[in-house]
Amino acid sequence: MDLKTLIPQKLKEKFPAVEFEITDYKDELTFKFDKKFVVEICSFLKSDTGLEFRSCTDITAIDWATRKNRFTMVYNIFSMKHNFRLRLKADVDEADCKIDSVSSVWRAANWQERETYDMYGIKFNNHPDLRRMYMPEEFEYHPLRKDFPLMGIPGSIPLPKK
Amino acid sequence: MGLEAYIKDNGFLTTQVNAIIAWARKSSVWPMPMGISCCAIEMMAVGDPKYDIARFGSEVMRFTPRQCDLMIVAGTVTYKMAPVVRKIFDQMPEPKWVIAMGACTSSGGMYRSYSVVQGIDQFLPVDIYLAGCPPRPDNLLHALMKIQEKIGKTKASQFHDVPLKEEGIKLPELNVIQKN
Repeated sequence: MDLKTLIPQKLKEKFPAVEFEITDYKDELTFKFDKKFVVEICSFLKSDTGLEFRSCTDITAIDWATRKNRFTMVYNIFSMKHNFRLRLKADVDEADCKIDSVSSVWRAANWQERETYDMYGIKFNNHPDLRRMYMPEEFEYHPLRKDFPLMGIPGSIPLPKK
Repeated sequence: MGLEAYIKDNGFLTTQVNAIIAWARKSSVWPMPMGISCCAIEMMAVGDPKYDIARFGSEVMRFTPRQCDLMIVAGTVTYKMAPVVRKIFDQMPEPKWVIAMGACTSSGGMYRSYSVVQGIDQFLPVDIYLAGCPPRPDNLLHALMKIQEKIGKTKASQFHDVPLKEEGIKLPELNVIQKN
């Protein structure tokens, strides 16, 4: 059976309580669901013998600035067995800026979640080592948020004295 | 051949201490290659036989700052890298000079961004700003010649005296040449 029909079928069978928003744009399949199911769904997609999404290619977020759910988490995963790519999305609101970490599913997610935390300020529950990735540790802001100015905030990163 | 053909047996030259020390300094400028990004590739090209920085006595690129007197900052300096560059600069012995190679080091270049220092003169004393993105190797050689020109005008006494006197360290007296 085609994977495009197989994956939604399997997910709906396995998680009848979860509402999936499925989009198929330019031959790329995307699933959107509530953020509290993220670890269960990810570990199912990885461990199911018919799917085997073993590679976590990328994790990032989108800042919608003025929308009600300000952030959207994006997971790009890949099944080497079937040569098939899949995108997962989950909304995160600014008031509750947290989501469960999937680093227990894919170890590659560890640093990618750290990067997302550094750039967007989304916190990851149960992450083994949630530190900043690029910016100095004492830096207070999150540069890829839409309200962060392009040239940064003057004086927020100290320079050595001349 | 050269000078020695004219100065035959027991020949001698007269000069000033300042002049000969400045001449020695400018003819053997040892660079610290602070290669941070793409400008470093052009800096490497300066060392190859086509451009050959050895013609100017600067082929000894030392990868330890304690043996260098010219820092070539070649590449984009981010805020995170700035303390490292400054620390390496501080480890170089006096007298020392700095070339800001390329647009990024001079002004931030095309990186008008929160993460890039908009010009390393915010935390380093820069002697030469070198234009280009990246500058051609002969351009870097030109900057080196400008530095040599600058060193040639210096006086030997102007560097070590001030800090040592401030710290109260007494220099050993030199037995130069006995009178007569």
